[in-house]
Order: sequence, then C-alpha cells, then structure tokens
Amino acid sequence: MREITASGQTVEEAKENALRQLGLTEEQVNVDVIDEGKKGLLGVFGSKRAYVKVQEKIDLLKQGQQFLQGVAHEMGVEVEVKSTERNGELVYELIGEKIGLLIGKRGQTLNALQYLTHLAVNKANTGEYMTVVVDAENYRERRKETLYQLAEKLASKAIRTKRDVKIEPMPSFERKIIHTALHDHSDVSTLSEGKDPNRYIVIKPNN
Amino acid sequence: MKALIETIVQPLVDHPEEVNITVEETDEKIRYHLTVNENDVGKVIGKNGRIAKAIRTVVHAAGSDINKKIFVDIM
Repeated sequence: MREITASGQTVEEAKENALRQLGLTEEQVNVDVIDEGKKGLLGVFGSKRAYVKVQEKIDLLKQGQQFLQGVAHEMGVEVEVKSTERNGELVYELIGEKIGLLIGKRGQTLNALQYLTHLAVNKANTGEYMTVVVDAENYRERRKETLYQLAEKLASKAIRTKRDVKIEPMPSFERKIIHTALHDHSDVSTLSEGKDPNRYIVIKPNN
Repeated sequence: MKALIETIVQPLVDHPEEVNITVEETDEKIRYHLTVNENDVGKVIGKNGRIAKAIRTVVHAAGSDINKKIFVDIM
C-alpha cells in the first residue's frame, strides 16, 4: 500500500501534487488533510503551505479475485474469475473446466471458498464489512430453487405427520432461503437450532 | 498441496511469514501440520472451528484424486 505526503499553496493543490506523484485518480485514494495552510498577507507574509497525506485505497474486489484465482490454481483448477460489485456485495463468478471440483457436494467446497474469500477480503479491509458471494455455473440460483422445493416438501411432511422436521445443517445464507420460502406458509413455522457450523432449521407444524 | 494451504492461510493472519507447514506421509495417509504465530491461531481455527473446517474442505477437494487420507492439523 502506497502513501505519500505532499504540499501545495492550497489543500487542493497539495492533493493534485500527491495524485500526480502516485499516478492515481481521486477515487483510488484516501486523503487526510494534515495542515490546511494559510494564505498570509498579500500571499507572501505569514503564508503557510498546505499539507495532505494521500493513501492508496486497497482494491478489495481485486483482492478477493486474486485470492480465489490463487487458491483455485493451487487446487489444480484453472479458472477465470469474473468479479463485480453490486449493492455493496462483492460477487465472484468462477468460469472454467473442472468447476464441479470447486462446487463440491451440496456446494460445500464453494461455500468454503466463499467463506475464506470473505475472511481474506475483510482482513485487508479497514472500512465496513463486505459481503462476499462466490458463484459458479449459476449454482446459487439453482440451489435456491432446490431449497424452495425442499422447504415445500418438508413443510407438507410436518403437516402430514404432525411432527417437527429437522433439516441438515446449512450455512446462514441457505437457512435464510428456507425461512423466506416458508415465511408466508400459514400451517408451519420455522426456527434454527444448534451452533454454526452445525446450525440447522426445524419446521414445526402449527396447531 | 503445501502451497495451497499457504495460499489460503497467509492472507488470513497478521504474521504471514510465520506460517509454517510440515508434511508427514505414509502409505495410507498424508498429514499436514500447520503452525502459525500464537496470536494468529484463532484466525485459522475460528469460532467453533469454522475456519479450520473450511480450510479442510478445500484441501480435501483438491486432494480428491489422491488415494490417501488427508489430515490438516493446526497447532
């Protein structure tokens, strides 16, 4: 991470000097004003130069992309990582052959990669927590459909048997899909039990 | 595989230069011993072992074509 201190007649000029030296644009940096400077009498007597500290921002999107690219490469899978930022989320799409290896059974490898990327990105991050989504071959959307169907099926089972139905442990973002799927269902309610990473959903029939 | 574990772990810790992995291999199994700076141990294990589990999941996926049991121990 590069950081320099620069001066100028005004804060604006000091900032421009710093950006020119770093070869960056205003969007790529954080600026700290150290001294606002003084115009002084007639611009000569008692004038003080303005000082700013300019620090290159860490490109979190790129950070996550490099992490995923590196990990996939070491796993022996060459992938293209398409990264986009949308609604404050960092979204990575893995494209290539042997993607199945990166998804794993019920997406467990993809979820592990997503969690590790989230940790790597937020470790480098100094600002707010960023949400990270790692997807491949539209897996997230397909999984969502599967979970909606599963939720319906198990809700029917709970009603028919008049018993609680437990679903296997799932990460929080998948449990959320199930809760949402059954939210408006008048005959069942849902809750989560246990501790992560073994937290699971229970579907209860309403009496 | 050693490089894979390093690639995963180094960005997660405060002291990447102290990430060390030794390998112990027999006919049936490969055991990776991961050591990090003592202040970084929590960063590779995580709450309820969540991070350790994610690391193992990725390592197991990468080693699925090796006909041996793979273990990742964290000291």
